[in-house]
Amino acid sequence: MNASFRVEHATRSSHVGTVVFAVGFVVLAAAPAWGGRDDLRLLSEIYAYVALASLWNLLAGYAGLVSVGQQAYVGLGGYVLFASTILAGVHPLVAVPLAGVIAGVIALPVAGLMFRLRGHYFAIGTWVVAEVFRLISSQISALGGGSGISLPAGIVTAMASSRQMREFLIYWVALALVVAVLAAIVLLLRSRYGLALTAIRDNELAARSNGVDVTRTKLVVYILTAFGTAMVGALIFLQKLRISPDTAFSVNDWTAFVIFITVIGGIGRVEGPIIGTIVFFLLRQTLADLGSLYLLMLGAVAIAVMLMAPKGIWGLIAERFGWQLLPLERRLRFAADARTT
Amino acid sequence: MEWINIIVQGVLIGGLYAMFAAGLALIFGVMRLVNIAHGDLIVLAAYIALMTTDTLGLNPLIAIAIVVPIMAAIGYALQRALLNRTLGDDVLPPLLVTFGLSVIIQNALLEVFTADSRRLKAGAIEVASFPLAEGVWIGVLPLLQFVVAVAVIAGLQVLFYRTALGRAFRATSDDQSVAQLMGLDNRHVFALAMALSLAVIAVAGVFLAVRTNFDPAIGPARLIFGFEAVIIGGLGSMWGTLAGGIVLGVSQAIGAQIDPGWQLLAGHLTFLLILAVRPEGLFPKVQG
Repeated sequence: MNASFRVEHATRSSHVGTVVFAVGFVVLAAAPAWGGRDDLRLLSEIYAYVALASLWNLLAGYAGLVSVGQQAYVGLGGYVLFASTILAGVHPLVAVPLAGVIAGVIALPVAGLMFRLRGHYFAIGTWVVAEVFRLISSQISALGGGSGISLPAGIVTAMASSRQMREFLIYWVALALVVAVLAAIVLLLRSRYGLALTAIRDNELAARSNGVDVTRTKLVVYILTAFGTAMVGALIFLQKLRISPDTAFSVNDWTAFVIFITVIGGIGRVEGPIIGTIVFFLLRQTLADLGSLYLLMLGAVAIAVMLMAPKGIWGLIAERFGWQLLPLERRLRFAADARTT
Repeated sequence: MEWINIIVQGVLIGGLYAMFAAGLALIFGVMRLVNIAHGDLIVLAAYIALMTTDTLGLNPLIAIAIVVPIMAAIGYALQRALLNRTLGDDVLPPLLVTFGLSVIIQNALLEVFTADSRRLKAGAIEVASFPLAEGVWIGVLPLLQFVVAVAVIAGLQVLFYRTALGRAFRATSDDQSVAQLMGLDNRHVFALAMALSLAVIAVAGVFLAVRTNFDPAIGPARLIFGFEAVIIGGLGSMWGTLAGGIVLGVSQAIGAQIDPGWQLLAGHLTFLLILAVRPEGLFPKVQG
């Protein structure tokens, strides 16, 4: 019986999409050969936002956990990096996964508290958690207290002796991290959890009545996103070489931008955050001089998208052309037509 | 004596938090909407008060009479034009739209008024105080603010349970479709609730602006204080928000006494503690 059908994930457009991603990866991995320092810096920043937005999308778009406090984990990741390298002599590139693990462990009791708040109140609750992390970090005098701290030169040079090699190294780690985050999300969505998550996204009540353990699935997603977000955070601050409570736990940088990117690109679709990040950086390169007016416009665009095209840019494209860049479809192929086709 | 003084000051500031919380609880009760821009609207009220006092030369406490109707009108328009379109079963649209609104208000205020911190001058009343007991002094302004908060909450309670408008609020809260069948226009009822919510925070915004320095970035923290007071107090009644505000105010005052860096942290930790041991809050709604 089991052998009589199989599940097919790929479509024709996802074959094209996979090729596009593969070619893109090769071109981007070779960026140190064709790009200057500014290009690498910009690309790393883009990778960080693609990763953060993809993780937030998994949390809010699929699991329905609308958090406005993910800066808690970005900042925590950054602070774990600085604390473990400065105070315990851990190698910076080991500190990145360490930051993920510690954030995942801390996320468990946090989820225990936050899941008591329903729907809307969960969102503000996560913000309180981020504030608590920020206030605690400003009390740690060994890490510079409220004014922050720089990564000592010795730790920086331990990664690689020449500055250029260091920059290449961090660039490749950033690229590897975003690819790993995207691959993990695609694999998760193709697993049993993915089916459960898609069901929760579409209708939580129906998912529950079909036997999906909604709370457990949400908990797994919350912890996984904390893990990923903290690693991205650690890498962001490894690149900045300086951390302070206000930059580490900034709601504008790590949550507002991320939400706008996801909403504009298309929430609840894996492609959305990628498209959104590209749009965000194109807008920023042209409009950044406007300062606070730029943020104001971004907020207005996000509201307009939410009201008029709630599925975002990619949602519009996907519906119009039936495209899917990643093999996430589930189509049953029965043995009979598998033989004939 | 020192500690009594601290607790008294905490209770008095709690009245301000209760007003933040009452506005939040009101709209959540009526339409299950959590307004992330709530704190920024409080700051907007403070800036409107600043403009009013600057141009008309009024005392800020008298300017309340002008700020309240302006904020109520903004609330009504905001709900009719924008927020009504986000309501539904999905929690995402209202959260994201009010989050976007929060960013817009903050940056618009930054653009118009710059990041300089401002303060409203209320004259002699700012420093007036009288002794309550040996070593315990009560400021006239904090006391006035507390009395106004109690009056506002008592007023909301009467409005909810004794008037036709309150009946409409409770009816739409209980069952939107039945309320509509009985001839209520939900869009109008929701807009009135938002107008009332912003009227309440207009009062709070003026008192905030007289008591402390303010700048465009302080909104989110006020949202969090209001939210914490709502959860600590429980969603039972408007009086719960007063209790929640007082608990939060006293926690912050005690924290500040231990170490100035602990003022906000102590408030947040009290909130998390209540969430851990009594998630339904101190005064939960009695299930009938």
